[in-house]
Amino acid sequence: MELLNPSFGLVFWMLISFFVLLLILRKYAWKPILNSVKKREDSITEALNSAKEAEKKLATLKSENEAIMAETKKQRDIILKEAREAKEKIINEAKTAAQEEANRLTIAARENINNEKMKAVTELRNQVALLSVEIAEKILKEKMGDSAKQTEVMENILKEVTLN
Amino acid sequence: MDRINLKNRILTAVFWVFLGAFSAFAQHSDPNPHSEPTPTEETGEHKEHSKEGKFDVMHHIADDYSFPLAGDYYVWLPLIIFEPGKGFDVFLSKELHNPDPTTGLIRGKYYYNHGKLFIVEGGHLQLDDKGHPIGKHSAKLTDIGSSHVFYDISITKNTFGLLLSVVLLLVIFISVARAYKKRGTDTAPRGLQNAMESIILFVKNDIAIPFIGEKKYAKFLPYLLTIFFFIWINNLLGLIPIFPGGANVSGNIAFTFVLATLSLLLVFIFGKKHFWGHILWYPGVNVPLKIFLAVLELVSVVSKPFALMIRLFANITAGHILIMSIIGMTFMVKSLIGGVSIGIVTSLFSALMFVLELLVGAIQAYIFTLLTAQMIGAAVEEGHEEHKEHAAAH
Repeated sequence: MELLNPSFGLVFWMLISFFVLLLILRKYAWKPILNSVKKREDSITEALNSAKEAEKKLATLKSENEAIMAETKKQRDIILKEAREAKEKIINEAKTAAQEEANRLTIAARENINNEKMKAVTELRNQVALLSVEIAEKILKEKMGDSAKQTEVMENILKEVTLN
Repeated sequence: MDRINLKNRILTAVFWVFLGAFSAFAQHSDPNPHSEPTPTEETGEHKEHSKEGKFDVMHHIADDYSFPLAGDYYVWLPLIIFEPGKGFDVFLSKELHNPDPTTGLIRGKYYYNHGKLFIVEGGHLQLDDKGHPIGKHSAKLTDIGSSHVFYDISITKNTFGLLLSVVLLLVIFISVARAYKKRGTDTAPRGLQNAMESIILFVKNDIAIPFIGEKKYAKFLPYLLTIFFFIWINNLLGLIPIFPGGANVSGNIAFTFVLATLSLLLVFIFGKKHFWGHILWYPGVNVPLKIFLAVLELVSVVSKPFALMIRLFANITAGHILIMSIIGMTFMVKSLIGGVSIGIVTSLFSALMFVLELLVGAIQAYIFTLLTAQMIGAAVEEGHEEHKEHAAAH
C-alpha cells in the first residue's frame, strides 16, 4: 500500500464513517450541546442584567432611605430644640413666679412686722400713758404729804422712767 | 505529601523496570537471528525482511490487512474484496499468512506479498519482469474504472482505527450531550462535559466566529467541530503503541484526502457571488490580466485544500517515522555501546518525542480546522475585504 496514493478501500470507509459521524454528531451531540451552551449563556446574561437592575434599585432605595433618615433627623432636631425651648421657658416662668411669690411673701412679712411693731409701739405708748397717769397719781398723793419727799419721789420715779 | 512521594517512586520504579526489560530485549534479540538456521529456499532479501520486519518503520506507518500485536501474534481482520462481475468475497486475514504451499495462492486466486494483494487468473502464479504477478491488483483512487483492478474494501488496520475513532467520538459526545440534558443549563458543567465544553467553545469562539463571521458561522460549526475532534482523536489514537491504537489513520493520505476534498467541496457549494467574482473575473483590471488572475486564483483555490491534505499527512507520518526511528536506533547501535545504555537513551528520547507528538496532534487538528474555516469564511464572505483570504493563506 503506497504512501502517497490513497487506496480505494480506505477512501470508501473514510467517506462512510465521516458522513455517519457528521450526521449523528450534528443531530445528537452538537445541536443539544450548542443549544444548552447558548441557553446557559443567555440565562447568565439575563441573571447579570437582573443583578445590575437589582443593584440599581438597591441604590435608589438606599438614597431614598438616606433622604428619609435625613428628614427624620431634621424633625428630631426641631422637636428637641422645641422641647429645650419649652423647658427653658417653663423653668424661667417658674423662676419668675417663685421670685414674685417670694417678693410678695417678703413684703407681706415686712408689713406684718411693721403692723406688729406699730401695735407694740401703740401698746407701749398706752402703757407709758397709764404709767404716767399712775405716776402722776402717786406723785400727787405724795405731794399731798411731804413736798420734799414728793420731789424726791418724783425725781426717783423719773430716773427710773428714763432708765426704762 | 507522603502518598504522592510513594506514588512517584512506584512510577519511577515501573519506568526503570520497563526500560531494563526493553534494553534486555534489545540485547537478547541480537544473537537469535544469527544462531537460527536460515531456511535454504528463502532469498537474502526475504531473510533480511523477516529479521528487520519488527522495526520496519515504513511497514508501521503503512496500512495492513491484520493488526500486529507482538512477535507473530496478530488480530485478524476481515478482508472484503469486490471483483466486478464476480461479486463480494469475505475472509479473515489469517488466510493471507497460510498460502497454498504448492501454488503460493490464497483461496485459489489471491497472491499476497509485502502488504500487496493481487488476483491471479487461472489459479496459476506468473510473475512479470518487475516481480509482480500477472493479473488484477487492488485499486487505488487513480485506477478506478480500469479493467485490471478489483476493489478492496477490507477492514484493514487503518479502517479498524477509523471505525474505532468514530465509535469513541460517538460515545464521548453523545454522553456529553446527555450530561447537558441531565444537569440542565442551570448547573455548571462537570468532568468530561466540562473538558469538552471548553474545547467546543474554543472551536466556536476562536475558529468559527472570527473566520466565518458572526452571521454565518452556525451553519458550518458542526462540520468544523466534527473534523477537529475527528483529526485530533485519530492523532492521539495513532500514538498509542499497542492494539487497538497505533493505526496511522490521520497520517494516511486517504484520510487527509477525504477531509481536504470535503473542505474544497464546501467552498464550491457555498461560495458566494462575491467570492467567485473575484476569482473568475477580477474587477478593476483589463481583460488579459483578468484571465491571468482567474487561472492564478483557481490554482490557489485548489492548492489550499491540497496543502491541508499534505500538511496533516506529512506531520503525522513524520512524527511516527521519527518515534519509530529513535526506537529502531536501539537495535542499530546496540553493538557499539551496549544494549542497556543505548536502550535507556533512546527510550528517554522517544518519550520526549511522544510528548512532542501529543502537542503536534492537537496543533495539526487546530490548524486543519482553522484553515478550513478560513477557506469557508473567504467563500461565503459578501463584504469588500478581498485581501483577507490572501493574507491568511500563509
